[in-house]
Amino acid sequence: MSETSASTRQAGSSRGGLLSGGIDPLALLLEGRAFFGLVAIIIVFSVLSPNYLTVDNVLTMTSHVAIFGLLGMGMLLVILTGGIDLSVGSTLGLCGVMTGYFIHGIDLGPLGYTLYPSIWVVFLLVCGVGALVGLINGVLVAYFRVPSFVATLGALYAVRGVALLITNGLTYNNLSGKPELGNTGLDWLGFNQILDVPVGIIIMAVVAVILAVTLNRTAFGRWLYATGGNARAARLSGVPTKRVTVLVFVLSGVCAAIAGMVLTSQLTSAGPTAGTTYELTAIATVVIGGAALAGGVGTVRGTLLGAFVIGFLSDGLVIVGVSNYWQMVFTGVVIVLAVLLNSIDYKSRRGQKNKSGGDNNKPAASTATTEKSSSVGASTSAGA
Amino acid sequence: MSDLAREQNQPVPVLSARDIVKNYGGVRALKGVDFDIYPGTVTTLFGENGAGKSTLMKILSGVERPTDGQLILDGESVTFTSTVDARDRGISIIHQELSLSPNMSVRDNIFMGREIVRAGRVDYAEEARQAAALMAELEEDIDPLTPVGELRVGQQQIVEIARALSVNSRILIMDEPTSALSASEIEVLFKVIHDLTDRGVAIVYISHHLEEALEITDYAVVLRDGAMTAKETRDQIDLPWIVRHMVGDHFDLGSPPEGYTFGETALSVQSLTVPDASATGRAAVDDLSLEVAAGEIVCIYGLMGAGRTELLEALAGGSAIERGRILLDGRDISRDSIAQRIAAGLCLVPEDRQRDGLVQSMTVGRNMSLASISEFVRNLFLSSRDERSIVDDSIRDVHVKTDGPDAMIGSLSGGNQQKVVIGKMMSTHPKVILLDEPSRGIDIGAKAEVFKLLSERAKQGVAVVYSTSEVSECLSIAHRIIVMGRGRIVAEFGPDVSKEQIMAASGESAD
Repeated sequence: MSETSASTRQAGSSRGGLLSGGIDPLALLLEGRAFFGLVAIIIVFSVLSPNYLTVDNVLTMTSHVAIFGLLGMGMLLVILTGGIDLSVGSTLGLCGVMTGYFIHGIDLGPLGYTLYPSIWVVFLLVCGVGALVGLINGVLVAYFRVPSFVATLGALYAVRGVALLITNGLTYNNLSGKPELGNTGLDWLGFNQILDVPVGIIIMAVVAVILAVTLNRTAFGRWLYATGGNARAARLSGVPTKRVTVLVFVLSGVCAAIAGMVLTSQLTSAGPTAGTTYELTAIATVVIGGAALAGGVGTVRGTLLGAFVIGFLSDGLVIVGVSNYWQMVFTGVVIVLAVLLNSIDYKSRRGQKNKSGGDNNKPAASTATTEKSSSVGASTSAGA
Repeated sequence: MSDLAREQNQPVPVLSARDIVKNYGGVRALKGVDFDIYPGTVTTLFGENGAGKSTLMKILSGVERPTDGQLILDGESVTFTSTVDARDRGISIIHQELSLSPNMSVRDNIFMGREIVRAGRVDYAEEARQAAALMAELEEDIDPLTPVGELRVGQQQIVEIARALSVNSRILIMDEPTSALSASEIEVLFKVIHDLTDRGVAIVYISHHLEEALEITDYAVVLRDGAMTAKETRDQIDLPWIVRHMVGDHFDLGSPPEGYTFGETALSVQSLTVPDASATGRAAVDDLSLEVAAGEIVCIYGLMGAGRTELLEALAGGSAIERGRILLDGRDISRDSIAQRIAAGLCLVPEDRQRDGLVQSMTVGRNMSLASISEFVRNLFLSSRDERSIVDDSIRDVHVKTDGPDAMIGSLSGGNQQKVVIGKMMSTHPKVILLDEPSRGIDIGAKAEVFKLLSERAKQGVAVVYSTSEVSECLSIAHRIIVMGRGRIVAEFGPDVSKEQIMAASGESAD
């Protein structure tokens, strides 16, 4: 919802300038709810534990946030088109395993060679694996009309199975590579810092900037919002909705691949079960960030905030010693609360719209607005 | 006339609304409206979009509570707490948008929420019997066990009407009940309405088809800007009277633009055949050929199911064709994608603007620029300045009344939303513009503006093809009127044809 509410706020503030010049505190609170939620989480846990707001812990937490943020942004793109990608956790696992596989050398059996690609090539190959998973998902959804929930549910199982097959259920350790083979450098992703900032979070930030610019400043971004908002209208306006759908799944796969490599580097091992249930966390970050599962509404900024909320909350709960079981309860409550606030947001927007219509004093147009919004209410109440 | 006799005998209204005010936020949707409904009569509510018709009906049927004012039922002041409350007191409403569950059967839809229960279980047999009886009454051959989703829209409307009838309402409110019905179905509906009024049921009728409403009504009430402007019995009024009170001044849908010569053939359709999506083996458009010159305005008239929508959609690339060629300026575009056809200069303003025309989650400006994004891409990125100037031009060109390009699309009235869809397509600089029922669901003022806009474009050399199901709209700006039936062109007329000729050609009776 935050894309819409952001634009409403824009429109609202320009109207506000005309009418009163005041800022609606409720609107501000709702717009920034994920941000205020994050601030509240930080304050509460800082009070509860002196170890929470230390440099070390913040670094640890942000490295977790980087994973959720990367997965979440890929998920955001899919959700913006009105779809869902349940395969990102498995793709993350597979890509971690593939990272280990490539670093340990590609055995070209009959030729008698073992190929050790440099870390950059590994990076590209692994991104290619993620893209391939996304491509299969996207083609199934766009061209074979398999509902995205089903197509990616299938991929969730199949991709995980492939990861287990490749390693035979085992874990790749010793991923630093060998200098003489020229494939060192994976450690850098998970452990190094640039100007005291972990590389993982920098990668997340770079991806975020690229995606934000893509969404807001390119034709593809506009197509994406239009496809999610109303695919039929977009198609009839000349938007290549099928290609857009394929591409968002590919990008989601690539995001999962990057997350997989960062996680593998952080853990210094590549296990085939890494990232299990992460697809749900990714959906949670997107939802907390204010996106609508119906599509068309959502921002990169919101999703990043969602990732911070989830990361800082779950780590905080660990630090203050809340049991694993309670952690799940709290996380669940936060997710539902976030969505609950979305529906409040929706109602207040309706109120605002009516108010502004009246102040503008265009009777015909404004009454139509209210008839419209009331008919929405009417149909929902009739449905209920 | 029986109602006239009642009028002289001071008839007692069954339901009265007194001084009804309804505010939404700061907007006054209704400004103190008085409204009476008499038993055994039809009262038609006329008014443009946004005049407050639907709001008033929602108050009468318990969907909304009035901000101020009084409802008097059988001489007693009442407040309806919900639609169920109103229904229990004998007031039913058939909404403009159908509220049926497509996955459930006709029987289950009719009895939804008030199932007939015997000994703790639903008596399906009794429900089916009553449903079948209702269908027979409505002269509609529908098995009560058919899923509603498999019915045509017109038949679904009949089911909706059957549901309202099944509760034995004393007052039945119909909001645009005929918008999806064929001529024969409308005839049956009118017969049902007569039967109901003979039984003493009071009907409130809302329709944009003024002539059709005049045919059935006993009383006419006109709303404008949330206030009642006129109230009269049927024998005192005619079409110009209604329009005068609705719009406030005279209106004119225009005449064919003159004073220029047509250019070369812009659009040439050759032996086009489009398969029917709902029935295999049938053709929705059957071996149809048509030529339209640059600057010419062609109107396609036809009943529901005549193939108008299918023809226009196939031309625009929205559906696959079986056979035939589509030439734009002499070049075959029948294999091109929608985007390629738009780029080549052919675009479609779809019939259902909510479903096919607008992205509700986007602003007015972004909807407006959606089809012409390539015009403001500068080195990969969108130029918001260029976009803004394109959007501002379009808003001015098509006269959209809006707070600005950043307003949400939902804040606009139906007519203005339609203008946004037209503006969106106009800004792709088309050579041929196709419009499927451009006047659907918009008021007369907006209609006239839309037609004026189209004739201006035609003068600039754009070929315009629009479809309509209202005869009066054929006889406005079109240079040529084509009547379609069963996927073929059954007649072709010049602008001096009479309404009766057009209707006769379409297979519709003129009265």
